[in-house]
Amino acid sequence: MQSPVKYLSHKGWHQTAIIAIIGGMYVFGSWILGFNNVDGLLAIPKAFSWLGINFKPTANSVTYLPRIWQKLMQTVLLAISSTVVAATVSIFVALLGSKVTGINGFVQTIVRGIASFFRNIPLVAWSMILLFSFKQSDFTGFLALLLMSIGYLIRAFMEIIEDEASETMLALKATGASYFQVIFQAVLPQILPSILSWILYMIENNVRDATLVGILTGTGIGFIFDIYYKSFRFDAAGMTVLAIIIVVIGLETISNQIRKVIL
Amino acid sequence: MLEVKNLQKSYEKDKPALTDISFNVQPGTFVAIIGPSGAGKTTILRSLNQLIKDDDGQILLDGNDIRTANKTQLRKYRRQIGMVFQNYNLVERLTVIENVLHGRLGYKSTLAGVFGRYTQEEKEEAMSLLKKVGLENFALQRCSELSGGQKQRVGIARSLIQHPKVILCDEPIASLDPASAQNVMELLKSLTEEYNLICVANLHQINMAKTYADQIIGIRKGHLVFDEKADMLSEDILRTLYDQDITKELE
Repeated sequence: MQSPVKYLSHKGWHQTAIIAIIGGMYVFGSWILGFNNVDGLLAIPKAFSWLGINFKPTANSVTYLPRIWQKLMQTVLLAISSTVVAATVSIFVALLGSKVTGINGFVQTIVRGIASFFRNIPLVAWSMILLFSFKQSDFTGFLALLLMSIGYLIRAFMEIIEDEASETMLALKATGASYFQVIFQAVLPQILPSILSWILYMIENNVRDATLVGILTGTGIGFIFDIYYKSFRFDAAGMTVLAIIIVVIGLETISNQIRKVIL
Repeated sequence: MLEVKNLQKSYEKDKPALTDISFNVQPGTFVAIIGPSGAGKTTILRSLNQLIKDDDGQILLDGNDIRTANKTQLRKYRRQIGMVFQNYNLVERLTVIENVLHGRLGYKSTLAGVFGRYTQEEKEEAMSLLKKVGLENFALQRCSELSGGQKQRVGIARSLIQHPKVILCDEPIASLDPASAQNVMELLKSLTEEYNLICVANLHQINMAKTYADQIIGIRKGHLVFDEKADMLSEDILRTLYDQDITKELE
């Protein structure tokens, strides 16, 4: 048997080797790309000062606020509606596909496959693909967010069911309760707080993502940011970014409060 | 009467978890199944209500074999068999009384069960059972707010409302402090006598088994090595059962 001293010194060597390899890959990568580390580092303050000067909202940019606000609310509502629809679909699919409540191995594999398919196509790709069929409209953005959210939520809900509901489920099965009784009386009540927590997270996330989707599909807050930016109205674009940050932080605060109450 | 005849089970081929297990239990008897971890205690217990499908043998409850039951029949057998778990397995977010009423689901139509519609009698019975286990003042508390011992008593009330012939207890006191453990064992013992139940409990605590059980079944590596009245359990048998001296632990 290996002596503990030897084992620990080996482990130390392994860690050093791994760090050296990662460092080596960085150096090698920057050499290939001709990336100058010093220049890159020095450019950061410059970039920020450029950002600060040009994107700083002025007194004049306040006039853009009503329009920004209207578009922002539109985006928030888009995020909320897509998340809610996604959650409704996902909970049923997750019940069918989880190891605990699922129908059989075949259905479980299919559900896992669908979830990972929706999840692993990037949001940008979804938006571009859907643009062909649904043109520039809110609905395109809604669908892109919906499909992406479904991919994430199915996976998350299945894991929640498997982690949190298997024990109570067993207990109710042992009383002679039928499948649907077990689902409604044990599984759903048990997992509700975690599910809500995930829905809140997904809404926050979708507000951020909706901005990007908006740039691509020409809707919502992303669209007017794009317009301001491309027409060199940087102060208005800065105002838009500021408004997005404030709303996202606001949403996060609210959902943290809700979490505290339900959990 | 509960009769188990020649029960067999293997999870992997050629690696039997249970070999030829046979025993009988009369109503009004508290049986403890003891044996080392991994001996097959849980497999036996969970075969008794078919949460685990065994491979061969017979499990007769008052002469009817529950192993050959179809889905609907199995539900009817299961509702006569209560089950108490090591981790209580309650719906923590629901109230105590809701958890107790879950024991009635096996008797309800699917829809009434799905929406949790219980009759007045069922609710009253749930309250009287809570009184019996000493939790009448906790009926509307969430289970997550209870202590381990209290949760286990909710679990016992949930199994009693099934009007069971049998109660299966899977390590009922393994997660409890000594005082709550004693409390739960005394409760199980007195309920067994009062309702003339067959109570089958997996136990790791040999002294608890000796104190509370009427009959003790010893399992070792999937074989039944002991099935006698509790006072017949000798140190010799314990030594074969656990492959070592554990008499010190008892003192």
